[in-house]
Amino acid sequence: MTNIIFYLAAGVAILSTFMVITRLNAVHALLYLIVSLLSVALIFFILGAPFAAALEVIIYAGAIMILFIFVIMMLNLGPPAIEKERLLLKPGMWLGPGLLAAILLIELVLILTGPGSATKAAEVPPRAVGLTLFGPYVLGVELASILLLAGLVGAFHLARKERND
Amino acid sequence: MMSQLLSYLSLPLVHLILSLVVILAFLGVNGIVLIYVERKVAGFIQRRPGPYEVGPWGLLQPLADALKLLSKQLVTPMGADKILFWAAPILSFAPVVICFMPMPVSPMFTGMEMNLGLILILAFTSLNVLALCLAGWSSNNKYSLLGAARAVSQSVAYEIPLLITVLAIAFQTGSLNLSEIVASQTKGIWSWNIFVQPIAFIIYIIAVTAETNRAPFDLPEAESELTAGFHTEYAGMHFGLFFLAEYSYMIVVCAVATVLFLGGWHGPFLSGPFWFILKTYALILVLMWFRWTFPRVRFDQLLNICWKWLIPLSLINLVLTALLVKIVR
Repeated sequence: MTNIIFYLAAGVAILSTFMVITRLNAVHALLYLIVSLLSVALIFFILGAPFAAALEVIIYAGAIMILFIFVIMMLNLGPPAIEKERLLLKPGMWLGPGLLAAILLIELVLILTGPGSATKAAEVPPRAVGLTLFGPYVLGVELASILLLAGLVGAFHLARKERND
Repeated sequence: MMSQLLSYLSLPLVHLILSLVVILAFLGVNGIVLIYVERKVAGFIQRRPGPYEVGPWGLLQPLADALKLLSKQLVTPMGADKILFWAAPILSFAPVVICFMPMPVSPMFTGMEMNLGLILILAFTSLNVLALCLAGWSSNNKYSLLGAARAVSQSVAYEIPLLITVLAIAFQTGSLNLSEIVASQTKGIWSWNIFVQPIAFIIYIIAVTAETNRAPFDLPEAESELTAGFHTEYAGMHFGLFFLAEYSYMIVVCAVATVLFLGGWHGPFLSGPFWFILKTYALILVLMWFRWTFPRVRFDQLLNICWKWLIPLSLINLVLTALLVKIVR
């Protein structure tokens, strides 16, 4: 049962990610990205990490993607942008990224087929996530928060009104 | 026969499907009841009788409204993104069904017991704004787009104090499981979180009024400036679904407030579900009272309330809660 759900979710994730890349309309592409993120959240849930799944829905699908859509909506690019996108999707453009992605794919297959591949974990409760984050990985959390603070200050600087005096 | 049926009930999948069906039926009935209540409350506050022509005391008015919406033609405007235009009302209503699953209506009756209930509800209520955004964009109408833009900036802003205050309650209880949060408030009325955390309660109520786009914070659909905001182009049952979704979100946030602040199913004499529903609808009446007594705020005022008052206040509340929890334990 869980295997079927896993493969369904994985299939939806791959298909929708493919659609993200090939859609010409930016809003449609972002919607496919949201579908992809939701199916990844489902995969997290099946693998026994419901907390990560819920955070994926809140933060990625619920907040970040909606801000992306908001910005693109406000720009309201229209048909000229779609034409430009069509030019970018010419086969010649695919060569470089395709090559790099192929190398990554080979690496991934080698890792997955090698010894000691990932096994199904037990369910991780939110308490365990918190204890791990603020126990052994507290330095990482602090570094991430410093990065966020820097981002916040930068955004404030960019959005500030220039005073002419 | 009966015992066989009951044994089927204990299967998880059957339990899940049955809960979903019960929730859907409840949401439909709830929508009809709330339309009537809202119109009557509005009438009493404005010193007029409210609906009274259709049926005794106007009781059949919401049914007549629903029939009218059902019989209307569904119009798709020219230049609209057809698929998204049709999908947006459904997307607005669908996530709300999941929000009821972890709700502890009584000590025995919960759709789905899980230790992440609170986070799950917050995750799926935050998806509503996506639907409003799509509705506004796909309508190909400037008023719709403006309404959607307002909906996004408002709901993203008010989600922050909402999450932080809910976090304070989770700190205090030490759990994200809604049943455990209720269980921690069963030591008499003074153990209810509304008395333990009054600031959190006030912030929560203000934030959810903005999250559900209710007046005085109903700027995404401000009819005096934006026609009808994001649902300007929607007719018939499309509009009806948005309406139903708004009332459903109202009852979700009020039920969560009941669980977090008013002791959930806890109360004397009557059994759990009665108290739960009584408290939830009392909170809904408070939201309606807000709507008909406060004038609509301006948009910059709305964002200032959030960024300059609610977020700092909720952060102070969080730090105080953390300190007190550390001292008491």
